[in-house]
Amino acid sequence: MNSKTKKYAMVIDTRLCVGCGACVAACKMENQVPEGLHRDWIVEQVTGTYPNLSLEIRSERCNHCSNAPCITSCPTGASHRKEGTNIVVVTANKCTGCKACMASCPYNARFVMPDGYVSKCTFCEHRLDEGLEPACASACPTHAITFGNLHDKMSQVSKLLKVRKYKTIIPEAGTEPNIFYLL
Amino acid sequence: MNEIVLTTKKAIESGHSLGIWRWEVPIYLFLGGLTAGILIIAACMILKDKEKEFPFSTNKLILLSPILLSIGMFFLFLDLDHKLYVWRFYTAFRITSVMSWGAWILILVYPLSLVLLLATVKKGYTEYYQKFSTWLKGSQYNKLSPIIEKLINWSEKYKKPVAMATIPVGILLGIYTGILLSAFSARPFWNSELLGFLFLVSGLSTGAALIILLAKEHHERIFITKLDIGFIVIEAIILVLYIFGMLSSSLQHIDAIQLILGGELTPVFWSFVFAIGMVIPLALEILELRGKAIPVHIAASLVLVGGLALRFIFVEAGQISNWLPY
Repeated sequence: MNSKTKKYAMVIDTRLCVGCGACVAACKMENQVPEGLHRDWIVEQVTGTYPNLSLEIRSERCNHCSNAPCITSCPTGASHRKEGTNIVVVTANKCTGCKACMASCPYNARFVMPDGYVSKCTFCEHRLDEGLEPACASACPTHAITFGNLHDKMSQVSKLLKVRKYKTIIPEAGTEPNIFYLL
Repeated sequence: MNEIVLTTKKAIESGHSLGIWRWEVPIYLFLGGLTAGILIIAACMILKDKEKEFPFSTNKLILLSPILLSIGMFFLFLDLDHKLYVWRFYTAFRITSVMSWGAWILILVYPLSLVLLLATVKKGYTEYYQKFSTWLKGSQYNKLSPIIEKLINWSEKYKKPVAMATIPVGILLGIYTGILLSAFSARPFWNSELLGFLFLVSGLSTGAALIILLAKEHHERIFITKLDIGFIVIEAIILVLYIFGMLSSSLQHIDAIQLILGGELTPVFWSFVFAIGMVIPLALEILELRGKAIPVHIAASLVLVGGLALRFIFVEAGQISNWLPY
């Protein structure tokens, strides 16, 4: 990928996220996600031994990995990258419902829609086309979610990653995720 | 401690197991492996002109290949969630997707089986062929008769090169199902390149078992039993290496293999796959070769049960193993 393509990323501040679920509700409404299925979700992780406990709250979704196994494992090309970006999307009428992509995702971010094709977070590409942010980033009451183009050195996401300590989820899975959690 | 709470739901209500592939996929994997075993054994027999010694394996066995594979592909079709778009498998070839490789390999099996079937049908299914031939000549389709004769003659002439091509295709069919699962690095239990060979040897063993059940000639059964003993021993060795490989890999893999080393799938695995599918049939087959009067059907049926159990347990184990505890 050269710098002319957009490398979209989300930077989520775990110190600002309170686990309210507004991102989950906003995503559901924006993308008409069917009942019982979720494109994003909240994880509260408590570690340590009482009384020395620590809590981390994360809003998680598809990581739009740079080395996405869901794309390499798709037998029809339904799972592919949106032109000019790193966003991973699914073409419903190419999907056979074989679920190979679901087996290949270490984050279990995909699910089968009632109609039979596989779906997941799309970074609200339809909103990006209109110059808007993803619905979850817009709805977050604490502004924990920042979205932008990492190839733009002046973008908020690039600056945050320069200044703050961050982590990704299970980087050792080798998929190069593009969602970064500020610690 | 490490406690994880999901206050809103996860992407899929998977709970304990990923739960995307249920019973349809293991049945297909079993039938695919069986077909691979049949293809390889039948092709080798045809290549070596063994029809006097082993009439069933040389002239009758190959008919089962397209039949069993078609039944397997039917179950595979049942697993698809977007069935109306199944044809999409055949409008693309994605070199990085083992599932795409598999879709095309499955197609390749049919023409090869058909040629070998035509090459052996006269000798293998003589009365059926005579009846069909007589009926065809008397019916309104009698114009097809010389065409079919030509096809059969052509197949009989070229059966050796086609048999030689069938062996690698059979091996590919047997191996690709294992490589398909092992390529999913997100499922640590499957993540060993040995899985391809495990499924291939299991396919050969179940193919041999099917021949033992169906063949009538005594010394054919004896020879195939000897083959099956070899396949079972190799399968056991690969299984042990598979477990060693997992134990000497990363923590995810060590955790994953615990499913059959003390975890929830331990009893079913060691009883159905190892004892019933390998050890007991091996013992019975060795005793049979030593002259003990044991019906051959017992060991052969146990091998088939073990092969099916192997697929069921492995498919479920892979879906339980994961990188994230949620």
